[in-house]
Amino acid sequence: MTAQLPALQILLPMLASALCVLLRSPAGAWLCFTLATWASFAVSVLLVLATRSGAILSYEMGGWEPPFGIELRIDALNAFVLLIVSGMAAVMAPFARSSVLAEIEQTRVYLFYALVLLCLTGLLGISITGDAFNLFVFLEISSLSSYAIIAMGPNRRALLAAFQYLIMGTVGGTFILIGIGLMYMLTGTLNMADLAERLPAMADSRTEKAALGFIVVGASIKLALFPLHAWLPNAYAYAPSLVSALLAATATKVAAYVLIRFIYTVFLPERAFDGLMLSELMMALAAIAMIAGSVVAIFQHNVKLLLAWSSIAQIGYIVLGAALVTTAGLAATTLHLLNHAVAKGCLFLALGVIVWKTGGARLSDLAGLGRTLPWVGAAFVIGALSLIGVPFTGGFITKWYLLVAVAEQELWLLAGAVVLSSLLSIIYMGRVIETLYFRAPSQGTTRSEPVPVLMLTSVWLLALLNVAIGSYSEPFAAIARTAAGQLLGGTP
Amino acid sequence: MSLLWLPFLPLAGALLVVMAGRLPNLREALSLVTAAVLAALTFSWYPAVTAGETPTVVLFDFLGSAQLAFSLEPLGLLFASVASGLWFVTTLYAAGYMRGNNEAHQTRFFTCFAIAICGAMGVALADNLLTLFLFYELLTLSTYPLVTHKGNAAARRGGRIYLGILLGTSIGLLLPAIVLTWVLTGTMRFEPGGILDGQVSQGMATLLYLMFAFGVGKAALMPFHKWLPAAMVAPTPVSALLHAVAVVKAGVFSILKITVYIFGLDFAAQGDITRPVMWVAAFTLIAASLIALTRDNLKERLAYSTVSQLAYITLGAALATSMSVMGGAMHILMHAFGKITLFFCAGAIYTAAHKTLVSELDGLGRAMPFTFGAFLIASLSIIGLPPLGGSWSKWYLMLGALDAEQAIMMAVFMISSLLNIAYLLPIPARAFLFKPPAGSPIGLREAPLASVVPLCLTATGCFCLFFLPGPLMALLSPWNDS
Repeated sequence: MTAQLPALQILLPMLASALCVLLRSPAGAWLCFTLATWASFAVSVLLVLATRSGAILSYEMGGWEPPFGIELRIDALNAFVLLIVSGMAAVMAPFARSSVLAEIEQTRVYLFYALVLLCLTGLLGISITGDAFNLFVFLEISSLSSYAIIAMGPNRRALLAAFQYLIMGTVGGTFILIGIGLMYMLTGTLNMADLAERLPAMADSRTEKAALGFIVVGASIKLALFPLHAWLPNAYAYAPSLVSALLAATATKVAAYVLIRFIYTVFLPERAFDGLMLSELMMALAAIAMIAGSVVAIFQHNVKLLLAWSSIAQIGYIVLGAALVTTAGLAATTLHLLNHAVAKGCLFLALGVIVWKTGGARLSDLAGLGRTLPWVGAAFVIGALSLIGVPFTGGFITKWYLLVAVAEQELWLLAGAVVLSSLLSIIYMGRVIETLYFRAPSQGTTRSEPVPVLMLTSVWLLALLNVAIGSYSEPFAAIARTAAGQLLGGTP
Repeated sequence: MSLLWLPFLPLAGALLVVMAGRLPNLREALSLVTAAVLAALTFSWYPAVTAGETPTVVLFDFLGSAQLAFSLEPLGLLFASVASGLWFVTTLYAAGYMRGNNEAHQTRFFTCFAIAICGAMGVALADNLLTLFLFYELLTLSTYPLVTHKGNAAARRGGRIYLGILLGTSIGLLLPAIVLTWVLTGTMRFEPGGILDGQVSQGMATLLYLMFAFGVGKAALMPFHKWLPAAMVAPTPVSALLHAVAVVKAGVFSILKITVYIFGLDFAAQGDITRPVMWVAAFTLIAASLIALTRDNLKERLAYSTVSQLAYITLGAALATSMSVMGGAMHILMHAFGKITLFFCAGAIYTAAHKTLVSELDGLGRAMPFTFGAFLIASLSIIGLPPLGGSWSKWYLMLGALDAEQAIMMAVFMISSLLNIAYLLPIPARAFLFKPPAGSPIGLREAPLASVVPLCLTATGCFCLFFLPGPLMALLSPWNDS
């Protein structure tokens, strides 16, 4: 049984997706979604336990031996990303029940769940596969399904947002495909470990550099790294609440994983960072993203947009750690994948409850809700504190590791940028919190029934997780260090 | 008893307060009992620490090899005693004040109060910079709901400045300074003799000292002092807590602790490492006193007085002699008793007569003799006149300035004492000597007993402290020898 875990990780959500279509009833689809995500989460936990000491699992799909067959290959980093993706989905499942019913047409609910599960399949597949082309296939599965679920947002602007994302996402996907094609042309293989072995022989060929360039740009589009971020704000803002939360917590994390995996595992850091000034470029873009994203966030009136711009800033932290090419930097990045997922997930879910209650996510819709919905307000505050990086929240943990990593390299300007970005986040989160607690409630129409317990459960699970990680982060930090060590030690 | 009770007992108290939220009498009783037990526990460590022990508890590895750990050294015990002892008095006072003024959300108020004390105790007992930072921020965040307690536009504005400056300086300067120390030396522990000596260049040390001094925004060095007057929108017991007990004292205490145990007095005295901070503190000291002179709002005047008095302690640290640091440490205690009395008086005046301006106080001393008597005693203590506690700390600070051969700083201390007289004494003078405005009622009109008793207690404290330098010296001397 345990030997089949890697395959189950993808198959569970994929089969559940099909089952949703067969079940058709909204309640049945939700139940199917919930059970599938929980089972998938259990699988990831087992995978993490199996790999956290540094072991590497290899699974031959269909019994075909790599490099000819597709290999699923799990090391500490994969397992960690799988844990984040399936964990976030599992935590958000209770929330989905009421939120989806309120925002999606009754007759399409089962399709919605089927697509969300398909999107999860794609994200999990990207994270687990050891085959470059297979990665592209899963990337397209997740992208296509996410275009559709973004377009199902309650507002007609969701269509435009999804179309924007479709254009950018397709360009990104194509770039990655071209990069993979070039590598295949050079080496005749698609297995990542095999590629890593054969590419050094092609060192200094322009084709290899071009492949790296295509893949970095393609992954950066998916990652919404400045200046390729244009699709993200609208996509997050107009998608249904569950989708905003889920994509914000997982999709960019997986894209970051793709970037790191290709640079560190396939191209190997010593050659990837040699000659193209890739490290400097990534640092510069990360610094701009951290500051520009935060500044733009300050001026947003729609809280979903505000959180989306904050995500662009936070992606800067993730890329910055990866660009340092040190164990400390990579560990900080790995940890931030988790901490940002937990913090942003918490914020988007709390906001989702507010949207459920008031029907809008503009600042004026939030006025005074801290008093009328004390539990939701408090969870939002915890998420905001984590985003700022206040002690005893997950955000502080990553901010600390990242600052130490940057200071070790004596990159004072970058340290300044990290600090400045945190200061800016005080301003934009402060605006929302002041609105929540100090403005008089608006007279708009609000639902009269109390917030469903299931919704609050999801929100508070994430809020407590923020505090738990902030108070005791060693287990996760240990995994992050193992992952960073494996990435820098060469092929996993 | 384990050392861990000191930071975590207030947290347990906060939990009890929440659970007893619907029964105000029980709630306040629980607050008081927790405070009393905490104070007793803190004092019980006195013999051990005086004997030179440093009890230490390591909780767990928090960030890699950086631990969450507590230890109790003389400075920390002094600050912990001040915080826990005055928490008891303030709770007593707050119970009277909050009820007397019919304030809302009293449960939230007492809960945040207890969490703030937890933060202060954590700062006092921090074994390393990281632990200090964690509890420092806890203190900032837990006092924000107290500052904005009234929930109106003025409270929001005050709260914005409060949180903006305190979080801004701590994340913008203190955290980078701690990271830098960690990266440069590989340790964050507070160790006798400091950890920086021989590890960093003089220039880097000077920069670090500036970052620490400004990064600890709670010490209110100019230009980061604005949060103190802004926080005046809070109910008076909170002002008392902020200014006399937990928040500002946590700030100056951190600076003292960092000077002594991170830099080490010998290293800090070399070259010009602490010189820039010394001048900033001297400037703050004088400038804040001058601003206080111009303020008619009683609480605002007291706030600027606090800014100035805090600069005494920072200056004591920056002079970096054992005398000046001892003076600074004593001033934490002496100023705490003086200033808390003044704020209690301001609150009592507000409760009984609804007056907030100094110019409105003419002749009020006849109606409120206890309140203004206490005000007079506390003012004299802050000015530094014997036979009151404040004279000791000023005495040692001046000795320290002489030791450091900084005659100008001697002059600064003296000028500031004169300014203290100029902005504090007119208040009781008006109250006792001026004629009350025509038509004001005759006879005693003191605030409720729960407000008057605490302020008499703390005023008596100012007096008693004059006769207690012995135990204080005994406490501070083991560290002083090393």
